[in-house]
Amino acid sequence: MRIPGMPQSPQPLSGAVAASITRVHAAAWSEAAVLARESGCRFVALWGTDHRERDGAFSVLAAYATAQGLCVIELPVAATEAAYPDLAGVFPAANRMQRSARDLLGLMPKDDAVDTRAWLRHGAWREDEFPLRRDFARAAPLEPAPDSYAFVRVEGDGVHEIAVGPIHAGIIEPGHFRFSVVGEKVLRLEAHLGYVHKGIDKRFEDFTLEDGYRLAGRVSGDSTVAYAWAYAQAAESVLDVRPPARALWLRALMLERERVANHLGDLGALGNDGGFGFALAQFMRLKEDWLRANDAAFGHRFMMDRIIPGGVDSEPDRAHLEGLVRQAREVLEEVHAMRRIFDEHSGLQDRFLTAGHVAPLLAHELGLTGLAGRASGQAHDLRADLPTTPYDVLKVKKVVYQGGDVAARVNARFEEINESMRLIVALVEAMPGGDVRAELAQARDGAFGVGWIEGWRGAVLVALEAGAGGRIRRCHAHDPSWHNWPLIEHAVMGNIVPDFPLINKSFNLSYSGVDC
Amino acid sequence: MIPILLKILKTGVVSEKPPRANEEWRVRAATIQREILAILGRALVIRQVDAGSCNGCEIELNALNNPYYNLEGMGIKFAASPRHADMLLVTGPVSRNMEQALRIAYEAMPDPKLVVAVGDCGRDGGIFGTGYATCGGVANVIPVDVVVPGCPPPPTAILQGILTAIAARAA
Repeated sequence: MRIPGMPQSPQPLSGAVAASITRVHAAAWSEAAVLARESGCRFVALWGTDHRERDGAFSVLAAYATAQGLCVIELPVAATEAAYPDLAGVFPAANRMQRSARDLLGLMPKDDAVDTRAWLRHGAWREDEFPLRRDFARAAPLEPAPDSYAFVRVEGDGVHEIAVGPIHAGIIEPGHFRFSVVGEKVLRLEAHLGYVHKGIDKRFEDFTLEDGYRLAGRVSGDSTVAYAWAYAQAAESVLDVRPPARALWLRALMLERERVANHLGDLGALGNDGGFGFALAQFMRLKEDWLRANDAAFGHRFMMDRIIPGGVDSEPDRAHLEGLVRQAREVLEEVHAMRRIFDEHSGLQDRFLTAGHVAPLLAHELGLTGLAGRASGQAHDLRADLPTTPYDVLKVKKVVYQGGDVAARVNARFEEINESMRLIVALVEAMPGGDVRAELAQARDGAFGVGWIEGWRGAVLVALEAGAGGRIRRCHAHDPSWHNWPLIEHAVMGNIVPDFPLINKSFNLSYSGVDC
Repeated sequence: MIPILLKILKTGVVSEKPPRANEEWRVRAATIQREILAILGRALVIRQVDAGSCNGCEIELNALNNPYYNLEGMGIKFAASPRHADMLLVTGPVSRNMEQALRIAYEAMPDPKLVVAVGDCGRDGGIFGTGYATCGGVANVIPVDVVVPGCPPPPTAILQGILTAIAARAA
């Protein structure tokens, strides 16, 4: 697969994901972005790597989704200059990714108009230190400095700011939101994230290709299955191994169970934020039953560390698998009853309808992705668009709404639960027999592979480069929340401040996934 | 209204018995005296701070409010401000970017302060360890009374950790 119109020939990547890598020079780097935009490809991610030991230069990489698969474009960046052509002018979603690449690696986009504010670096390391460079060596931390960030100021009669975070009022992840409001109406919201930056990309260097799945599974705990599967795909690509069919079916079973668990929790929380506590109690009860069944069948409530490179580490016995089918049918019935109650509750619908609206055109322009994207008319779902085993035989039905408001995101969750329950039953009933684990081979030093999995929130990407002796040289895990956080800022414009929690919850984005 | 009432009636009460305290998780001698506990009973207010978690622990903390664990039924509730809290419940390997916010929240609490570190990361940094971006365990930043191990610890374990912290000193 290639970006339509690009003259360079891509080098195909082995593994489950249809993907290629193309090494280009600076002019072709910019041209690729423009061609991608013009031909309807989507921008997926941007990250950088220190390749000075290998070829005396850094690399900056961008991934695009084409109709045939994933195209990775790699541009060598001279160590002396450490600058590359900006992509944010073509794909606005690249802005925060470029700023992160600057904070972690010191690579700057070449454009005077780019946003130069630090993103992940709040003051724990100096401006001229770059953690992802191989010669980085900060042993002692800096004294914590007061956090200052140049928010965009909105001025005018009666405009005031509300600063929220990093510690929020509930049991949620930390981040800072700066609202500019007139009365109760939000004129502008600007988010400042990076508070839970744990240096995961650097930490991957301490892991082997074989055991990196454990760290990948903790980039965003609510999507541990999606990350572990994406990591396993990338590792299987560089290790050149094919997991047995049964393992892939079990992985899909876990992925669909993770999707349902999160949707159940979100529907409860959305009902609660709409002032309907009954919904929270009911959906949290269903979610608890669901997590307990995960524990019984897979030995972990979130199914953490069950997907490993080469397959899965254990499998449920027949009785447990049958139990999962029974449970899927029972819970679906309860979800249907809850949906009728939601639909007939005028107070709730009054809160949901028109709140946090993202029009399909805006969603397309700014690259809204995953579940939230599908609720704004962006009909992309890897399970249906580029199905790998077992989705190729299951024929996933994409759930797409045009509404773009909280109501659409609620309905999308209800519909996706429907489809996932069908998939869970089909996965158990038609699951092939055989082994669940393949032997791993040795990876060539420098081998590169990707994994790309449609998690409950959207597509998770893992790009992996092998080092010497079976170690990881570079692993970049990318969360769909990167694209969707900036859209929340648009979604709340013109809404009232008290609707922010509801709107925010309807996206339910990961902080840890983007802060990493 | 009728479908809602029927659903409530059909669901019934699903709450389960709470676990007992686990003295092995105590890392610091109890600071709250028996007499104070007698007065406070189990009316406990908790401020939770995610200081760098992967959000797995937050899912389990939220589960504590589901009807099975029925935390509020035991007189324990989560508050929005540390100034209203008796206990700080901290998750994550304490990212450098959250270190200062965590200290401020701790200092804002009235004495006597109880701190429960939740999860393997809260214990010692867990899989993320200590590095340029992480401080490691919560005890590297603020004093900790009880540590609940697990990745993530299930709700019963977290509840057990909370109850351990408020149990009177065993001796």
